[in-house]
Amino acid sequence: MALSQPAAKKDDDREDDAEYSPFYGIEKGAVLQEARVFNDSQLDARRCAQVITKLLYLINQGETFTKMEATEVFFSVTKLFQSKDIGLRRMVYLVIKEISPSSDEVIIVTSSLMKDMNSKTDLYRANAIRVLCRITEGGLLGQIERYLKQAVVDKNPVVSSAALVSGIHLLQTNVDIVKRWSNEVQEAVQSKAPLVQFHALALLHQIRQNDRLAVSKLVSSLTRGSVRSPLAQCLLIRYTSQVIAESAPNTQTGDRPYYDYLEGCLRHKNEMVIFEAARAVTELKDVTSRELTPAITVLQLFLSSSKPVLRFAAVRTLNKVAMTHPLAVTNCNIDIESLIADQNRSIATLAITTLLKTGNESSVDRLMKQITNFMSDIADEFKIVVVEAIRSLCLKFPQKYRSLMNFLSNILREEGGFDYKKAIVDTILILIREIPEAKEGGLSHLCEFIEDCEFTYLSTQILHLLGKEGPKTVDPSKYIRYIYNRVILENATVRASAVSALAKFGVVVESLRPRILVLLRRCLFDTDDEVRDRATLYLNLLGNGPENVSESAQSLIFERLDVPLANLEASLQSYEPSERPFDVAAVSTEVKPQPFTEKKAPTSKKAGKDTNQKATANGGGLPGHKTSDSYERLLNSIPEFAGFGKLFKSSPIVELTEAETEYSVDVIKHIYSGHVVFQFNCTNTIAEYLLENVTVVMEAIDAEDFGEVVSKPLVSMPYGAPGKVFVAFQKPEGACSLAKFANTLRFYVKAVDPSTGESEEEGYEDEYQLEDSEVTAADYILKIGVSNFRNAWESMDPDSERVDEYGLGVRENLQEAVRAVSTILGMQPCEATEVVPPNARSHTCLLSGKFLGGVQVLVRLSVGIEAQKQVAMKLMVRSEDPAVSDIIHEIIGNA
Amino acid sequence: MEVSTPLIKNILLLDGEGKRVAVKYFSDDWPTLNAKLAFEKSVFTKTQKTSARTEAEIGMFDGYIVVYKFVSDLHFYVSGGEDENELILATVLQGFFDAVALLLRNNVEKKTVLENLDLILLCLDELVDGGIILESDANVIASRVAMRGADADVPLSEQTISQALATAKEHLARSLLK
Repeated sequence: MALSQPAAKKDDDREDDAEYSPFYGIEKGAVLQEARVFNDSQLDARRCAQVITKLLYLINQGETFTKMEATEVFFSVTKLFQSKDIGLRRMVYLVIKEISPSSDEVIIVTSSLMKDMNSKTDLYRANAIRVLCRITEGGLLGQIERYLKQAVVDKNPVVSSAALVSGIHLLQTNVDIVKRWSNEVQEAVQSKAPLVQFHALALLHQIRQNDRLAVSKLVSSLTRGSVRSPLAQCLLIRYTSQVIAESAPNTQTGDRPYYDYLEGCLRHKNEMVIFEAARAVTELKDVTSRELTPAITVLQLFLSSSKPVLRFAAVRTLNKVAMTHPLAVTNCNIDIESLIADQNRSIATLAITTLLKTGNESSVDRLMKQITNFMSDIADEFKIVVVEAIRSLCLKFPQKYRSLMNFLSNILREEGGFDYKKAIVDTILILIREIPEAKEGGLSHLCEFIEDCEFTYLSTQILHLLGKEGPKTVDPSKYIRYIYNRVILENATVRASAVSALAKFGVVVESLRPRILVLLRRCLFDTDDEVRDRATLYLNLLGNGPENVSESAQSLIFERLDVPLANLEASLQSYEPSERPFDVAAVSTEVKPQPFTEKKAPTSKKAGKDTNQKATANGGGLPGHKTSDSYERLLNSIPEFAGFGKLFKSSPIVELTEAETEYSVDVIKHIYSGHVVFQFNCTNTIAEYLLENVTVVMEAIDAEDFGEVVSKPLVSMPYGAPGKVFVAFQKPEGACSLAKFANTLRFYVKAVDPSTGESEEEGYEDEYQLEDSEVTAADYILKIGVSNFRNAWESMDPDSERVDEYGLGVRENLQEAVRAVSTILGMQPCEATEVVPPNARSHTCLLSGKFLGGVQVLVRLSVGIEAQKQVAMKLMVRSEDPAVSDIIHEIIGNA
Repeated sequence: MEVSTPLIKNILLLDGEGKRVAVKYFSDDWPTLNAKLAFEKSVFTKTQKTSARTEAEIGMFDGYIVVYKFVSDLHFYVSGGEDENELILATVLQGFFDAVALLLRNNVEKKTVLENLDLILLCLDELVDGGIILESDANVIASRVAMRGADADVPLSEQTISQALATAKEHLARSLLK
């Protein structure tokens, strides 16, 4: 409760503020007192309006009212409907909306508002409709529906718009009522008032949005030209793009349906419409350069507009186009270059990054010069954008690394916040990794940077890299000084990483080892435990004579744990001291995706979906970060499954029933080395039934290797409460056995009286057909990417390689072929190779995964397409176990 | 593919020090008062040094497109999602800005805005309803706020004469401005 508003804050205000504000010293308590004038028998309309303004002022400043205060204000406000004063009535409408009374209070004003809805005064009607629709709930709407329907086609635009906009809001909660207005809304689309047309079109589309055919009809009739309102025209362009995206291009002529309409809109007289159309064209799927040209031309004109908003909109769109069609944007480069000096820094930054994307090798140096002048006077967040653009430019033109690296080291020395510095360091790190020639230069820039770096996180990151890369350079000794300086000058965290970096030099560079040992011994006197511990450890590993640094020391210092730390921590915490030593290999290697912040997404209002399901649905097919853990915990808690060993993989959820049927069932496959467990999540959606002894009968259609071992029924399944049924199968250990099952839900039904919840004694057996489920090859492969595919590929034994060629028959394009094969294998595409450039004749896709038992598998998938759309594929597989390479080929051969 | 009606996320009217004069949020992106104030502060500091006095300016802040225009000690802002058509947002801003100027007879400053806060709040109410643009034409908005033509059943009185006079003044002022 914010009662802190009054005294303290006002004192800070400047003296002269007092005469400025009519609300000086305003206080909630006093205003609530004043609100008693609403109850006077002789209403002073002006005074009442003033008090309402004060109340609104308080609400606007963030003041909140208790439930009781709000109720009191609301009740006294309702008395003001007696007054005939128009100004006061407007304020009453406004304050009712702000207070948003609870549903049991609403009833008091409905009759007054309904009276206003039938008033002769149009503005009363419009406002009463908006207020009423805002505050009432379903039941009451039935009563006023007739009026609303009439209001939609009212001759006064203000009334019609009010009804239509209210309809758009109501559609969220009362679909059925609003759908009955279709005819009136359709009539309103033809209105002469621009905003009415806009609102009507928006509502009509929302009513029909789930009916593709209806939307397509709507678009085809309106694009012939009866829409005058610019806003409505923008909507129509959006709907048209949607229809285009969902329909196939005309294969004969290659023409896109409705493209002519979009192009026509580029010549509209209103800039808003022109821009919407240009943007729609640039966002067309697989847009051709012929289609792009007219849109780019109008955007180019906008670039030299006097209005910043137009310049911004145009350059932002071109920036996006530059990512996919850099050549199309090149024509605008001169105009974009003049925007580098734009007063508006957002525009200037967008201009720079667009140029960096479209620029060719020869223009890089000139651009860098321009940017250097520009960098000093923009905010950090813009600088980060520029740094990121430079990163991609450098990867595009590796030969230019020298000037770009120089630029980066210059800006690294200038003032800047953490995020900015981190972006620069990250960029240098990436360049060092990707461009071998840039390594030495980059390392020395970083060395200089840590001499004067205030960010611990960056220092440790750089020290780690120095330890890894420094020993491999021509002259490793020059880095030692920089690193040891850190041991002398920095905080404990940095000192500890410096010690580790020194040790790495000691392991690799024999000539330096005696000197490193001296330095490490000095670290034994450090004030910090961690630093001393590390120094002791490394001294022991290195110190037993220079010649025999053991293999294990090497691996301890250099090899990283290939498990995510969070998983390791969890496993260590659950480990109980016993005979069995802790096994790192048993730690799950599945990387948990970061919990992403969810923007307000339209949530489906389907009942009975548990949170697990939602998480998976939102995660876009990835195992949601909670689910994999919770599955493991769930399965471990069931004694029948305890002997199956470690869970290898849980499949995504597959629905086995149509949406909105009597029973909703989906399945998750849990794969173990020698077993497969099917988890059926069942929900009873009929309130009148209670199901008991629920089982899923799985009949093998094709499952020679599988033998059912456990079937765990669900004892009782009341309405709405989801339950789980398990069926487990045994299969040959470690084998990639495929299977297909027909599923039937079998149960005992009892009738229930929904009002009391009591069930009848007697019931009957029944069953319900579910869709089939399959165990596929993909179930035995975990999607795990590798960061550097080439290194991983080359480190695999070439003898494990299996190569074969396949004909894939006629395909629409290569993208489809690549998608099909990677789906069959269920492997993780690496380095964004799953995207085939449009119209490519050949392509190589890199896939990585772990086969059952934790065997790493890598696949190079090369495909080619010929004129008759025949696709040929060459599949190269390497794996830690040659047998697995064979299995991959078998999978493809059988698919 | 999700297609949406153009949505306004919020409209802010702040003073020369970034304090609230009148604000209206239409989105749940800022659930608490603190989140709202933080957004206002961030937008204000990032735009403070720009001059948005002749033409509306624009920027992308915290993942929102914000168009803004300043006059005397007042800062007008309209925000939309990052995929919104910038020119639609600019139209709403211009509608708001001009309607306020009409209602305050071109005397737009913090003092007069606070003195006529009722008109400003009504203006916001007629501009956008629950995020959907209700009307963007400043003249239409201003006349709806003033309930012009609404008093058909009120007899001719001094009030209507003064209103007529005001309208005349306004027209004069606008023709002078052009």
